[in-house]
Amino acid sequence: MNGVTRADYCVIACAEAWRDAGEILASPMGLIPSLGARLAKRTFAPDLLLTDGEALLVGLDGTVEGWLPYRAHLALVTGGKRHVMMGASQIDRYGNQNISCIGDWARPARQLLGVRGAPVNTLNNPTSYWVPRHSRRVFVERVDMVCGVGHDHAAGARYHRIPRVVSDLGVLDFATPDRSMRLASLHPGVTVAQVREATGFELTVPDEVPYTREPTAEELRLIREVVDPDGTRTREVSA
Amino acid sequence: MRDKTMTADEAVSRLTSGMTLGIGGWGSRRKPMALVRALLRSEVTDLTVVSYGGPDVGMLAAAGRIRKLVAAFVTLDSIPLEPHYRAARERGAFELMEIDEAMFMWGLHAAANRLPFLPVRAGVGSDVMRVNPGLQTVTSPYEDQETFVAMPALRLDAALVHVNRADRLGNGQYLGPDPYFDDLFCEAADAAYVSCERVVDTAELTKEAAPQTLLIKRHVVTGVVEAPNGAHFTSCAPDYGRDEAFQKTYATTPWPEFAAWYLGEGS
Repeated sequence: MNGVTRADYCVIACAEAWRDAGEILASPMGLIPSLGARLAKRTFAPDLLLTDGEALLVGLDGTVEGWLPYRAHLALVTGGKRHVMMGASQIDRYGNQNISCIGDWARPARQLLGVRGAPVNTLNNPTSYWVPRHSRRVFVERVDMVCGVGHDHAAGARYHRIPRVVSDLGVLDFATPDRSMRLASLHPGVTVAQVREATGFELTVPDEVPYTREPTAEELRLIREVVDPDGTRTREVSA
Repeated sequence: MRDKTMTADEAVSRLTSGMTLGIGGWGSRRKPMALVRALLRSEVTDLTVVSYGGPDVGMLAAAGRIRKLVAAFVTLDSIPLEPHYRAARERGAFELMEIDEAMFMWGLHAAANRLPFLPVRAGVGSDVMRVNPGLQTVTSPYEDQETFVAMPALRLDAALVHVNRADRLGNGQYLGPDPYFDDLFCEAADAAYVSCERVVDTAELTKEAAPQTLLIKRHVVTGVVEAPNGAHFTSCAPDYGRDEAFQKTYATTPWPEFAAWYLGEGS
């Protein structure tokens, strides 16, 4: 399709995380996941709940429909009616995620945010990830601090699920026998070699890798005219 | 009934070095900064600080007052990484109990309910267990047999919180969108000091606001401090938003230079 940018594909790939999710809270962290959640709600997932980023549940036009202070938000997490898309300073082949620190935890080379709610998220509600710059610095063999729990650490935890990892290069999932990361689709314009080069561990790549699907004409109109008319998405992922 | 009003300095004079201190608010939102400032002007040190961390933690860390921190994160919200906290961690300045934010909440609940721990489905499988070797797990005695973290009570010697209004007896009211966990901090503490934008008559509290805004009950409050602008530069909705320019100055100025002015006479 004409003029579809990399950022547009990223919005579509994030939106797809919430397809058929039903009446649950979509918790996107970061700009493009937020655009994806709003696009999903406007099209194929109209029942999604969204927050204003603080304590209110709001409709697409900002109408307040509920109250969700942190204590209630944490209860909603453990109730499971939520799909969060978090960021990752590091993520490894089994989907362990780190947002706490780089280097030795006891005295880190770089202190980051802290574990925040990554442990409770990953054990209680579906958790996907968004990485705006796919690189070996982020996609590492082993994370320095396991915040979000990956498949090799989850020990079959009953509500543990990592549906997808979306990056600026493609979509990854864990549909492999040992639940390690697999390349699920490439954004058009990206090659398998590029993804391999930017990934710091052995990635499972199927013989035929599909491309991330094209946006429909209506989705493209919504992205450009309604969801992100100012084009902020290209600041997170350049064309 | 007892009038509990006091100054910020009087409240801080009741704190002693070595205490475990809970600080309310969240990130750079409704932090009891007037009380933290008074604390920084005192000699109290060697603290165990329990906080959903913001500039309160950054300042106390920069000033070398923290022996141990209990936290899930430290952030200034609009500035995601707290620079003074970062610097302190990177020089290994204090002991850290890094836990998930839900574990933190249940630790406060356990303390408020006089329970030794509460089971939490969070932490298992993560490195929270590796970096906190003292954390224990508990297995459900029922059919499911699921294993949980036994989150220990986060009992506090004292709590510092800031709300929008309070009366002289210690009834505290929040008028913004989120109570955060300020009531729990007060209930988990042996002594709670509540600063507020304005002290009003008890009847005034519910004149224009619903009774559900009465977050903190006087039986858990030791002192009430009237501190207009007392959360500044953090937000205190609806009274005021975050002072972003001031926060940026705080984040980009070397601590000794900032402290000389921030803690100086008359400021």
